[in-house]
Amino acid sequence: MTERRSVAIHVPVLARVEGEGALDLRIEQGDIAELRLRIFEPPRFFEKFLEGRHYTEIPDMVARICGICPVAYQVTAAQALEDLFGVELDPWARVMRRVFYCGEWIQSHSLHIHLLAAPDFFGCGNAIELARIAPDEVRRGLRIQGLGNELMDLFGARSVHPVGVRIGGFHGAPSLARILDMRDKLRAALPEAEALIRWAAAIPVPQDDQVFVSVATRHPADYAIERGDIGASDGLRIGAEAFDAHFIERHEPYSTALFSTYHQQPYLVGPLARLNLNHEYLPGAIRALLADIGLVLPSRNLFHSLLARAVEIWLALYEALRLLDGYRVPDSPWVPATPRAGVAIGCTEAPRGLLWHRYEMDDAGCVINARIVPPTSQNQGRIEEDLRLSLLNFGLDHPDDALRLHCEKVIRNYDPCISCATHFLRLNVARA
Amino acid sequence: MSQQTVHPGKPRVAVHKFSSCDGCQLSFLNLGEALLTLAERIDLVHFAEAGPLDPDTGVDVAFVEGSVSTPEDLERIQHIRAHSGLLIAIGACATSGGIQGLRNQAKGAEWVAQIYSHPEAIASLEHSTPISCHVKVDFELWGCPVSGPQILAVINALLLGVTPRDNTDKVCTECKRQGYPCVMVTHGIACMGPVTRAGCGALCPSLGRDCYGCYGPAENANTDALAIQFGHLGLTPAAIVRRFQSINSQAPVFLAAADKLRAG
Repeated sequence: MTERRSVAIHVPVLARVEGEGALDLRIEQGDIAELRLRIFEPPRFFEKFLEGRHYTEIPDMVARICGICPVAYQVTAAQALEDLFGVELDPWARVMRRVFYCGEWIQSHSLHIHLLAAPDFFGCGNAIELARIAPDEVRRGLRIQGLGNELMDLFGARSVHPVGVRIGGFHGAPSLARILDMRDKLRAALPEAEALIRWAAAIPVPQDDQVFVSVATRHPADYAIERGDIGASDGLRIGAEAFDAHFIERHEPYSTALFSTYHQQPYLVGPLARLNLNHEYLPGAIRALLADIGLVLPSRNLFHSLLARAVEIWLALYEALRLLDGYRVPDSPWVPATPRAGVAIGCTEAPRGLLWHRYEMDDAGCVINARIVPPTSQNQGRIEEDLRLSLLNFGLDHPDDALRLHCEKVIRNYDPCISCATHFLRLNVARA
Repeated sequence: MSQQTVHPGKPRVAVHKFSSCDGCQLSFLNLGEALLTLAERIDLVHFAEAGPLDPDTGVDVAFVEGSVSTPEDLERIQHIRAHSGLLIAIGACATSGGIQGLRNQAKGAEWVAQIYSHPEAIASLEHSTPISCHVKVDFELWGCPVSGPQILAVINALLLGVTPRDNTDKVCTECKRQGYPCVMVTHGIACMGPVTRAGCGALCPSLGRDCYGCYGPAENANTDALAIQFGHLGLTPAAIVRRFQSINSQAPVFLAAADKLRAG
């Protein structure tokens, strides 16, 4: 018989997550009486100030939603608008959008693994402490992160709020010399990424088995990143335009982020959801490696998220290298666009998961209204559910510090990007 | 009393976040191996995104990202000021109120009600304001985002005991120095370079596109002349207003330019 006790744990500021969030946990009589992930990042009202803006301004504005995944916002918006305007991208631009996006996955995932998540598993408070006991691994991670930034620089001139995306393609095209140099670096980084996967796989993690629905974009040709339909692990397969028929957002008064549900249930988006749904699209070399390290997919253990990010780093390096083979500088990096009234909808896979945009446009090419559903809001309900299940599995009788650390580890599995989780419109907004 | 000089040994440094996208903090986290070198030269006391949490200990230098936009922010920035020797505002949000400052021209309360079903639970001030509206700021680094080299230059200056400097000249000067063809002269593109503060290295013209003013107003910016030029290029008055009302909409020079156009 375990001791029945009452504990209140309050983590006022979550460290090593992007943005501002807090967690309240109340245990009474040996059971969880209250568990709340509170997001108090101040609202920034992006959808509102996009209203009235010209379509050419949108990529530069939506980038500012998140400094860590601006490419996801830019590409999602651009592609939604290109679909509405009937713009057919040059094959060069279509391929380079994926390469550009790979840069962001590499940067964001490596930052998360080394600077945010891994220190937990080595008893370190941060990456600088971790670098004292695992200097080569941390330096390797920072190098990979830097390579992701360089890849974004090629097309966007800088990696935070890059300036290269325009409706119809890119503003400019990198020279062949720069691409050849990048290809050498990507080739050299692949063995480093393989070593990273083996390192990540060797980190002991809790055995946690949970039932949840994974949601990610899916594409018949490849591991979906910058294009695809929306799929779920229960067999759902819908176009982006049908999102609202299956996914609902609601506002809880204790959080500035909205909660999303899929058929009234929490669901998972992000690297592990993607691997669960799309692992058969991984190249043969990486599948052999996963078999070798013993990662069985689909996985129901969210503690495989760090490893999933490492796998996606390898994939993104591989894809960028493959797609830059035979690179040519195009006659023009963009094609012209003519605006058209209507509703632009699109979705892509941001590093943290499914990102969905909807813009109602007038015939002058200005925004009438906008709605953006980022990954963190979609994961928020799942994080709370996971915390409950995972804490019960872990055992509520651990000391408070151990419970707190366990909760933080669970939350960091989702890499919540709280600065972007704050700007939704509720579903039933009446508009004049 | 707050110290006015940087500690001679290993200075204590804090990085604080207010309303923002976290992109300027990334100027630290994207330093790569230089981040580890930096960690040997300074003592990072508080930097929530990187791990260290200690907002209450006094520091020699506090970097502040983000704008003041909630009632709680008003108290927090006073607390930070009182516990910091030097306070350095980094990025567009901290120096001008940022892109979210666009709400200052609108009815913020209505927006809350349109977005949230429990608007009473959302603590948000009517305006998004820069740090200098609330406390004394010792140095400002403009830019959306600020770059790693800008941050390192400031830290190195402080470590060497000299006053940090920032380039207040125009993007045009950087653009010319790089030898990029002027996008306005050669392609008739409405570029904000003539009124925008340097520091990025003229990234947008390097791709053949217009600068959109993300580093805020330059010193002695002639916004009147640029607005006339934009008119000649075919922009409507409303479109010209939007050029000045974007990332740094509440920077006084850009706000005045927009107000003048709106007044007709």
